[in-house]
Amino acid sequence: MSVRGTTAGATSIPFWRNVRVLSWIGQAAFLLLVALVAAWLYGNVTAGMQRIGIGGGYGFLNQSAGFEIGVKPVPYTPQDSYWRAFLVGVLNTLSVTVLGIVLATILGLLMGIAQLSSNWLIARLAQAYVAIFRNTPLLVQLLFWYLAVFLRLPRVQEAIALPGPIYLSNRGVTMVGLVPTESFGVWLLLVLVGVAAGAALWYFLRRAQERTGLQSPRFLLALLVVALVAVAGWLVLAPSPLAVEVPERRGLNFRGGWQFVPEYAALLLGLVVYTGTFIAENVRAGIQGVARGQTEAAQALGLSRGQVLRLVVLPQALRIIIPPTTSQYLNLAKNSSLAIAIGFPDLFNVSRTITNQTGQVIQMIGLIMASYLAISLTTSLLMNLYNRRVRLVER
Amino acid sequence: MATIGETLGPPRERIDPLRWVRQNLFNSWYNGLLTLLALALLAALLRSVLTWALSQADWAVVAVNLRLLMVGTFPSEQIWRVWLCVLLAATLLGLSWGLWPNVARAVGAAACAASFLLALLPFAPTSRGLLALCGALILGGMIAGRRLSIPRADGTGRRAGAWVAGAWLLLLPLVIYLLRGGLVLPAIPTSRWGGLLLTLLLAIVAIVFSFPLGVLLAIGRRSSLPVIRLFCTLYIELIRGVPLITVLFMMQIMLPLFVPGGESIDNVARAMVGFTIFTAAYIAENVRGGLQAIPRGQEEAARALGLNPLLTMGMIVLPQALRIVIPANVGQFISLFKDTSLVAVAGLLDLLGIARSVLAQSEFLGRQSEVLLFVALVYWVFAYSLTYVSRRLEEALGVGQR
Repeated sequence: MSVRGTTAGATSIPFWRNVRVLSWIGQAAFLLLVALVAAWLYGNVTAGMQRIGIGGGYGFLNQSAGFEIGVKPVPYTPQDSYWRAFLVGVLNTLSVTVLGIVLATILGLLMGIAQLSSNWLIARLAQAYVAIFRNTPLLVQLLFWYLAVFLRLPRVQEAIALPGPIYLSNRGVTMVGLVPTESFGVWLLLVLVGVAAGAALWYFLRRAQERTGLQSPRFLLALLVVALVAVAGWLVLAPSPLAVEVPERRGLNFRGGWQFVPEYAALLLGLVVYTGTFIAENVRAGIQGVARGQTEAAQALGLSRGQVLRLVVLPQALRIIIPPTTSQYLNLAKNSSLAIAIGFPDLFNVSRTITNQTGQVIQMIGLIMASYLAISLTTSLLMNLYNRRVRLVER
Repeated sequence: MATIGETLGPPRERIDPLRWVRQNLFNSWYNGLLTLLALALLAALLRSVLTWALSQADWAVVAVNLRLLMVGTFPSEQIWRVWLCVLLAATLLGLSWGLWPNVARAVGAAACAASFLLALLPFAPTSRGLLALCGALILGGMIAGRRLSIPRADGTGRRAGAWVAGAWLLLLPLVIYLLRGGLVLPAIPTSRWGGLLLTLLLAIVAIVFSFPLGVLLAIGRRSSLPVIRLFCTLYIELIRGVPLITVLFMMQIMLPLFVPGGESIDNVARAMVGFTIFTAAYIAENVRGGLQAIPRGQEEAARALGLNPLLTMGMIVLPQALRIVIPANVGQFISLFKDTSLVAVAGLLDLLGIARSVLAQSEFLGRQSEVLLFVALVYWVFAYSLTYVSRRLEEALGVGQR
C-alpha cells in the first residue's frame, strides 16, 4: 500500500477503492451472472421442450392417469386424474414415513440404552447391530429384505404362522387387525373427553404439589382416568367401536385383518432398521453426555432410580439427543424415495411414472421437490417445537 | 509418569472368569433373564445362518462373477491400468505413512494387512502376486518415508513431504487419464467402468470436488453481502430438503434439456456432478458449524495484524474451523460412499448395479442372498474402516482437546 493512497483517502475515497461501493458492484455483477445463467438455461429448456413438443403449465395433471397403483390408501382407479395418482403416492410416502419414524424411534431408543447396559452380552449385541447396519448402504439392505427375505417367503398355502396370528407369506405380512365400526367416531370423542379430564387431573395434582408438597402418582392417575373412560365407552356402545378381524385364507390370498404387501413391509423394515442405528447412536451419546456426577448427586438426594432417570438424566440427555435425531427423521423421510428400487408406489415412484407418460419433466420435478420440502419443513417445525419444550424443562 | 495433581486409578482387580460372568451377565434377576433370552436368540440365529451358509448357500455365483463385481466390463487386456493405479496409490500411501505416522498409520496398516490377507485367498496367481506387491509397496514406502522424515540440515524431510502431497494431488487426474485412455493409450468409454472400481471413482471424485465447493458455500452463507448470502442459503436448504435420488434423476433427465448437447455428456460424469452438488450442501453446513465455533477475536486479531479478509479467512479462521469439522466431514464422506449405490437405480453399473445384473443371470437364479450379502460385505469393509480411521484421525489431531 503506497503512502499516496492513504493521503488521498483522508480527503475523499475514490469510488474504486470504497469497500461499500465495491461490494455493491460485486453483488450486482454476481446477480447479473446468475440472471444470465438462469436466462440461458430457461431459453434452452423452452427451446428443448418445443423441440420435443411439450407444453407448459400444470393442466396435464387433470388428464386421466391410465395406470394402476398397487397400494392405495384412498380409492383410486386408472380412470382417475394424475392429481389423484400423485395424491396416492404422497399418502403412501407419508404412511411409511410416519410409521417408520415411530418404529425407528422405539428401536433406536431400545438399542441405544442396550449399548450402555451393564449386561455384557446385551451391550455387545446392540453394538454389533449398530456396526453392521450403519455401515452398509440402505439400498443394499432394502434389496436384501425385499428380494432375499420377503419375496422368498413360502406361498400363502404354506404361510409361516406366528402367534397373533401373524402370517408371513410371499404376499406380504398379514396380521390380526382392528377395523373401526360405525360407533368408532363416538368412541373417539369419548376418549378425547377422557384425555381432557386426565390432563385436568394431572394439572390439578401438580398445582397441589407445588402449593402443599402433596406427592401423588399423578401420571398414573391421569392414565387411569383415560383408561376408565375408554373402557366404559367400549362397554356401553352397542357395536363395539373396533372390530377384531382375524385374517383367513381364501384361495390364493388372505382376507381381512391388516395386510402389508412385501414392498411396503421391506421398505418399512429397511428404513426402520437402518435409521434405528443412527438414533441408537444419538441416544447413547446423549446419555453418555450427561455427567456422571448428576446421577450420583440425584441418588445422594434420595431420588429413586426411576426418578433419577426421569427427572435428572432424561431431560438433560434429550437436549443432546433431539437435534441430531430430527435430522435422522428427515433422512428417513427422504430415504423413503428409495422405494423406487423395490417398486413401492411412493411419491417419487408415482411421479416418475407420470413423468414418463406425459414428458412434463420440469413441472414434475418442481412438484416432487415442493412435496419433499413440505414434508421436511413440517417435520423440522414439529421437532423444533418439541425441542423448545425440552429446553424449557432444562431451565 | 505421575505428576502432582494427577489422580491414580484404583488398583486393578484380578480377573476371575466365574466372577466376571456373575458381574457382567447375571448381576440381577432381570439381567440374568435377558442374558438367557439373548443367548437363546443368538443360538437360533447362528444355527440358521450356519445351516444356510454351509449347506444351502452356493457361492459359485460370486466366484464366477468376481471380476465383473470388481471392475465391471473393463477390457481384460487393459486391466494392467487398474492395477497400476492401485500400485501407485499404495506407494503414496506407504510414503505418507512413513512421513506422517500420526495421521496415516491406521489407513496404511489396514491397507497393508488387507493386501497381504487378500493375497492369501485363492484368486488367479497374477492377482495374488500383484496384491502381495501392493502390500510390499506400502511397507517399502513406509520405510522410505520414515528415512526421509528424519530431520536433516538440508531440509530434505520437508521437501519430501511437499513432493508426496503434490503427488497425491496429481494422482486423481492421472488415474482418470489411465482409466479413460487417449493419446498413446487406447481409449476406454466410461460405460465400461463398473463394479467396485466405479463405486470408488464416484465416491472419490465427488469427495474431491464437493469439499472446496462446500467450503465456498459455507463462507458465502456467512458473508455480509446479502445477495451472496441469500444465494448460498437457498442452494444449501433446497438441496438438503430433497432426496439424493431426485438430484440424480434430475441430472439424468434434465441435463439434456438445460444444456444444449447435454445428451452427449456421459452418464458417469452426470452422476459425479449430481453427487458433487448434493454433498457440497451438506459439507457446507458442517463447515459453517466449524466457522461459528471460532471466536470472533481470532478474526479481529488477524485484521489488526493487517491481514486482508482473504488472508484472514484462509490462514487464520478456515484452518481452525476445518480441523473442528473433520469428524463430521468424514461422516459425510462415509454416507456419500454408501450413497453411491443409488446410481444403480439410475442405471449405472456400479457394485450394486452389477450385482443386480448378476441376479438376472439365468444360471444363477434365486441366488439373491449370496450376491447381496457379498456386496454388503464389501461396502461394510470400506465404510467400517473409514469409521475407524476417522476415530483415529480425531485422536491424532486432538479434536476437542485444544
